[in-house]
Amino acid sequence: MIGILITVFVVAFLILFSGNLARPKYFKFITALPLLLFFYFGYYLVNLQWEPSLLLKYDWIPSLGINLDFKLDGLSILFSLLITGIGSLIYFYASDYLKNAHYLNRFYCYLTLFMGAMLGLVLSDNLITIFIFWELTSITSFFLIGFNNEEENSRKSAMTAFAITGLGGFFLLSGFLLIANISGTYSITELMGSRELLQNNPLYLLILIFIFGGAFTKSAQFPFHFWLPGAMAAPTPVSAYLHSATMVKAGIYLLARFAPVLSDGYIWNYTLMIVGGITMIYGAFHSIFRTDLKSILAYSTISALGIIVFLLGIGTEYAIYAAVTFILVHALYKATLFLVAGIIDHAVHTRDITQLWGLGKYMPVVATAAIIAALSSAGVPLTFGFLSKDLIYESTLNISQWGIWLTVLVISTNVLLACAGFLAGVKPFLGKSSYKKNEFHRPSFLLWLPVVILSCLTLIYGIFPFLVDNGILKYAFQSIAVNEPNIYLKIWHGFNTVLLLSVLTIFLGAVLFVFNRYLRRPLQNIYKLEAISPQHLTESFGEFTRKFAFIYTRLMHNGYLRNYLIVIIVFITVLVGYRLFTTLPIQVITEDLSGFRIYELTVFIIIVISTLYTIKTTSRLTAITSLGVIGYCLCLIFVFYGAPDLAMTQFAIDTLTVVLFVLVLFKLPGFLPFRNKKIIVRDALVSLGFGGLIMLITLQSLVYPANKEISRFYAENAYVLAKGKNIVNVILVDFRGFDTLIESIVLSIAALGVYGILKYRGINEEAD
Amino acid sequence: MKRQTNRQKSKKFDLIILKTATNYLIPLLLMFSIFVLLRGHYLSGGGFVGGLIASIAFVLHSFAHTTKETLSLFRFSPRTLIPIGLSISLLSALLPVFTGVPFFTGLWLEDSIAVIGSVGTALVFDIGVYIVVIGVTLTILFTIKDNV
Repeated sequence: MIGILITVFVVAFLILFSGNLARPKYFKFITALPLLLFFYFGYYLVNLQWEPSLLLKYDWIPSLGINLDFKLDGLSILFSLLITGIGSLIYFYASDYLKNAHYLNRFYCYLTLFMGAMLGLVLSDNLITIFIFWELTSITSFFLIGFNNEEENSRKSAMTAFAITGLGGFFLLSGFLLIANISGTYSITELMGSRELLQNNPLYLLILIFIFGGAFTKSAQFPFHFWLPGAMAAPTPVSAYLHSATMVKAGIYLLARFAPVLSDGYIWNYTLMIVGGITMIYGAFHSIFRTDLKSILAYSTISALGIIVFLLGIGTEYAIYAAVTFILVHALYKATLFLVAGIIDHAVHTRDITQLWGLGKYMPVVATAAIIAALSSAGVPLTFGFLSKDLIYESTLNISQWGIWLTVLVISTNVLLACAGFLAGVKPFLGKSSYKKNEFHRPSFLLWLPVVILSCLTLIYGIFPFLVDNGILKYAFQSIAVNEPNIYLKIWHGFNTVLLLSVLTIFLGAVLFVFNRYLRRPLQNIYKLEAISPQHLTESFGEFTRKFAFIYTRLMHNGYLRNYLIVIIVFITVLVGYRLFTTLPIQVITEDLSGFRIYELTVFIIIVISTLYTIKTTSRLTAITSLGVIGYCLCLIFVFYGAPDLAMTQFAIDTLTVVLFVLVLFKLPGFLPFRNKKIIVRDALVSLGFGGLIMLITLQSLVYPANKEISRFYAENAYVLAKGKNIVNVILVDFRGFDTLIESIVLSIAALGVYGILKYRGINEEAD
Repeated sequence: MKRQTNRQKSKKFDLIILKTATNYLIPLLLMFSIFVLLRGHYLSGGGFVGGLIASIAFVLHSFAHTTKETLSLFRFSPRTLIPIGLSISLLSALLPVFTGVPFFTGLWLEDSIAVIGSVGTALVFDIGVYIVVIGVTLTILFTIKDNV
């Protein structure tokens, strides 16, 4: 499994580096990658009959319990198949849809990285790896949403989406760390046994808040929903893939995965029901008076996600089965509608539904597919949507308390969703056409084939539900509910309440669709509430933070190096000095100190003279050279006291520092002799204070003998464990190798920073 | 501006000694830096100091000649050394993973090689550090020299 993921990531970078060698027409062949993966996971789906949960283990950092474990059970296979299956169609579709875009190689690289991250997320069995892949999906989706990076709107949406989902990532990490701390394991499989332990812990509530924070931001639940409509700035294939079928379902996946452990039948379930309920009605209500096709679909997606969260919250067998079914149903019809929206946009260059009608004559195949998808979203019999709608009503009706009201809520959501589906999937194709042949692009087969495949599946599953019922849905249900389902999808349940409600939903949806244009104007008054919408509040908070940061930076980073130094030194002196004087009795023991040897005395005198010289000189060059002399003298002291490594490094660094000063010497403004009494007194106080403090600390450290255990460990083990005799070097490259690696990264960033700032300034000056 | 032209003019006269000395010093310094790098595991030295010494060699060259001539010694800009060095360090840390032991485990060849001593991932890591340090130092110094 790890091989598969590495292959995906390697392929992604190969695509990137293929650069412009690859012509756009070759990109459709990359579809082979997700398609192969689809068959690979298909094989495991068949395998699930004999092995309901397969665990593949790889050690990564076993000492911390962080391992690359992958779990193949019903839930992860369901999501993997969705990711790779719909992914294949998207790859295929995008090769034509974006054929004129610049940097198509980058697009496919991001898309492949995203797919890899998503697969890793749903397959991981380790909390830390889940978090890593979770963040990877956020990062890659940032690039995908902002793919048209020349448009400001696109950049802003990408930032919003990244900020919200990234914030969720932090929540998730905190939640995971708490869980691991309490249960003592990062493995999800092992967690299944610590249900009681977690729920009886006083931190249980905090864990829930964190996990919900992660899941709700990712799955666009109210009040974090607003990044999703914004993300519609992405190219349509991205919207179809990320924002209907995969990424937004990551939160759902998380909730489903943790339901067996964290669900306590009270807080967990009620929170999910309330948040999911608000989201589903809010999203559905907003979807019907939008005019942009993608916007309608975005809000109806939010609503659909709300429905799934709501169902997971109810948590009965029916509800979970309904949730699993609805995940599949929604992925099929919503991807179709998004792709159709893309085709329409491509064909007539508008997505405004008030301008769209009569397209059915020009693209009958696409129209049929879109109408099937819309019918599925409305839950018309013989489509797959009908089955899931039945299950949803069944599960709300079966709740003893509040059952009726919840059913009413679900019905109104579904009525609105049905209307939204009709608006997006039916309206553009009906009516008289007014397009001339020449102003119309006929969609190529690369565009319409994915749509047709998706809607065929919607129909096939709708008519022959046993195809999925006895397969993937059953296994997915088992991994959430941990027992065998005794529910079966049936087309015909007989005349009962549920059927009546279904018919009512379709009827009301159709009515709403017909009279939609009369409702549109009054409903648009809702825009007046924009000032208190979560989106507006978040944006103004962001703006406030930016302004605050600006003022703060102006205050602290005023461009005078001497001021920075004074602030830093005074701060340290006060902080450390306070601690030193309040906690320790100051003792100075001079008995054990050895006397001055003659060469030490010489070095000491040289240092004192150079220091005085540095202070008194009026030439900058002299000052720098004297400082260099002090540096070299310090090297000598290091040599005297047995630290040759330190001395060598200090020597090289000092040389380079003096060189650096000399390089910029001629460009600096004239040397200002600070003759002002006040400034001299201030500087003297600050430096004397700091010097005195350091001296005191040094003397104190003599009084309290240091713990020698660590240095003894290094001394004893340097040769045994790391085959080195130079302990300093062994610590650097072996014992603390990771620190060194990170330090070299920091150095590199600093170098790039210097390069970036100075080169950028150079360019600006040239422009002037 | 005027000061700068004076300085450039003066370069033509009085750098002969420096230039000649540099021609002998640079190979010496570079060899010394590699020596320091390789002996690091047993005696004082290591990749960081080695890298600094090597950078000093190039800085000396740029003083004697010009930055442009120093840069022409490289086939590519010293900036590219940074990712190369980082990749080498990272690779040395990842190498153990492929043999089935955890990240950053030290691996050693059984027989030690003449002159260098025993060779292991730690040495590869140090070579990475050496290259990063050269790249970083030269990038910072040359950028400042050319742009300030």
